Amino acid sequence: MASKLTRSNRAGWLMALPGTGLIALFIILPFFLAFAYSLTNQRLASPNPTEYVGFENYRELLGLAVFTLEPERDEAGNAVVEDGEIQYPRLRSFTRNNPDYPNLQGKREWISWQSGENRTVILASDVVFMKALVNTFTFVLIVAPVQAGLALGLALLINQKLRGISFFRAVYFMPVVVSIVVVSLLWRFIYSPGDGLLNNILTGLTFGAFEPRDWLGDPSTALGAIMAMSVWQGVGFHMVIWLAGLQTISPTLYEAASIEGANKWQTFRYVTWPGLRNTAVLILIVITMQAFALFAQIDVMTRGGPLDSTQVLVFQAVERGFGKQDISGGSTISVILFLIVLCISFIQRYLTRERT
Amino acid sequence: MKMGVTFAALSAVGLAGAASAQTELSLWYHGAGSANAEEATMLEVIEEFNASQSDWVVTIESFPPIAYNDAVDAAALAGDLPDILDVDGPVMPGWAWAGYMQPLGIDEGFVEGWLPGPIGRWNGEIYSVGFWDAAVAMTTRRSTLEKYDIRVPTLDAPWTGDEFMEALTKIRDSGDFDYAFDPGMAWTGEWYPYAFSPFLQSFGGDIVDRATYQTAEGVLNGDAAIAFGEWWQSLFTEGFAPGTSQDGAARETGLLNGNYAIQWNGNWAALPAVEAFGDDVLFLPAPDFGNGPKIGAASWQLGISATSEHPDGGRAFIEFAMQDKYFAKFSDGTGLIPSTASAAADTANYKEGGPMEVFYALSEAQAVLRPVTPGYRVQALVFEKALADIANGADVADTLDAAVDEIGADIEANGGYGH
Repeated sequence: MASKLTRSNRAGWLMALPGTGLIALFIILPFFLAFAYSLTNQRLASPNPTEYVGFENYRELLGLAVFTLEPERDEAGNAVVEDGEIQYPRLRSFTRNNPDYPNLQGKREWISWQSGENRTVILASDVVFMKALVNTFTFVLIVAPVQAGLALGLALLINQKLRGISFFRAVYFMPVVVSIVVVSLLWRFIYSPGDGLLNNILTGLTFGAFEPRDWLGDPSTALGAIMAMSVWQGVGFHMVIWLAGLQTISPTLYEAASIEGANKWQTFRYVTWPGLRNTAVLILIVITMQAFALFAQIDVMTRGGPLDSTQVLVFQAVERGFGKQDISGGSTISVILFLIVLCISFIQRYLTRERT
Repeated sequence: MKMGVTFAALSAVGLAGAASAQTELSLWYHGAGSANAEEATMLEVIEEFNASQSDWVVTIESFPPIAYNDAVDAAALAGDLPDILDVDGPVMPGWAWAGYMQPLGIDEGFVEGWLPGPIGRWNGEIYSVGFWDAAVAMTTRRSTLEKYDIRVPTLDAPWTGDEFMEALTKIRDSGDFDYAFDPGMAWTGEWYPYAFSPFLQSFGGDIVDRATYQTAEGVLNGDAAIAFGEWWQSLFTEGFAPGTSQDGAARETGLLNGNYAIQWNGNWAALPAVEAFGDDVLFLPAPDFGNGPKIGAASWQLGISATSEHPDGGRAFIEFAMQDKYFAKFSDGTGLIPSTASAAADTANYKEGGPMEVFYALSEAQAVLRPVTPGYRVQALVFEKALADIANGADVADTLDAAVDEIGADIEANGGYGH
């Protein structure tokens, strides 16, 4: 194979050159640059020379510590309880300039839980990054299956010979054609607190029983709201891929199934689904990648807020690299994201491999 | 663009018949497509300068405001900066430090009697000067205050913090308005540090310790700052003010439509209020939370790039442009505050008895520059996030601590920013 590629194939290489050259210049080179920058203190604009700092950037992002807070005790040694809650000393008395706990310096509470009288706290050097990491995974884990499933449902619906079916195809596909920025702006109006469209509809449907909510302003609903809108926007595209897969399945298989007396579910389970195997692998990988790259919706709708409930990795990378001019910090997040996506791709490839 | 300019220059030379060599100076301007007369006035100043002498020809290239800073960053990396740069006041120290700009080389006497906002200093030297300043005031109606029996504060006797909160409580409890006070949470970005950090300063805190500019410890998380944070949070938890999910349209029309009673807003939004309420409109000074009432100072200014081969030309243009008549022209065209009192006397809005006269006094008496440091760009973002988080219910002390740590880490990573 290799010899065939190199032997008397100058024209072929020449024709591939513009493409490979551009890929090398704009994708491969920046990737290696990002990795190199993540080991330095590179800034966007600074008269100071760039210095090699080793894995300091990674330590600052990923640093964790576990700490057990003991309750405040009265003179008899019993825990102080006020209003039914055990009182603890403030965490900041340990994390700020406390020489007894140098390993906690500058760390902040990320998660905590009660264990007996004590409270166990997990502290992180960069709580915002940790929240972004968790939010990104939550987004991927929910959006990938929901979006793929809905897209398959829609594809099955429009894969019928009905009058005017292309109208429905067009309607379902429409959101894909609209720019994600425009879609995000529109959905901001839909989610608008008070008398936004969604609040109005829900109030109308429940005859006024529904309390209008601040969808994007409430930490408990903001990420969910963005997920719903992202699925709505992306589902049409994957519907088309499913549809293409459905139409490659030979009609003779369906005929055979109906002659055998298979019901609808059996037809789907034993004819349609096996025929969609490769399409399913493709869709799963594509949606996972796209979901990890979540950025525009966050940038337009919430900018990571409220209370970091919608922070995600790509938004943080851009925010640090350009907003805060910290190219090294942004690069470090990009490298971490790359490693995560790489691992997940390998796992997906392994799980969906051809078994012979 | 270049082409057109060359043709214009050629034909001008041809017509005049004079072959005197004029040196071309490039100027980058941030206000392309400005809604008011800002860009037109700028073009007029350049035209008059070019006609007034025969050594220099200034050519302008305009950028949309949102892309301007990025364009300058990119040009600086590529070594392609123009001779004269338009620069936002708080960003200027960063550009000077990064080596984009050189000192203006004009003397202190030139800016004597100016408002503080339009002068950009870094390391004891003047780097940039501007045509105007902006000011922020509590905008409301006299009839509203009278209805709830609230004292009308003056420049000499502003509301105290307690008085302000009593007033807000009366208005809120009446139920006549959606919100008693609109600080403008919809305007994310530079509005937060510009409009809200003066409250913090009035409490006695600050974004960064201005004695050294090396840390925010103790000023952004000290007792004064925590008191500020608790007050700030109470505005939202106790229903005085609309939170971070306020939409832009509500911000624009809320006061005029009677949804909000008092609005913290800039003088650029003053004319619509004057038109809507006439004599009933009031522009009130900021409350005094213990360290005097404060407002932010701000303006876009002109400076000379570090790579300019003709700094004397740039200086000649800037000195020409900084005349009272142009200050007045800018002010009339945009509603902004002219840089000097003598220019103010010639404007429609700021002359004695003018509808916005009070803003000049506010700017003169209370304006505080945002931290004059290259680190401001990061500090502004950190401050914005901290204020949004506190408004959304985050723990005040922890949030301010985190902001202090982030500002400290950034200053350290940048080797102290050259202070």
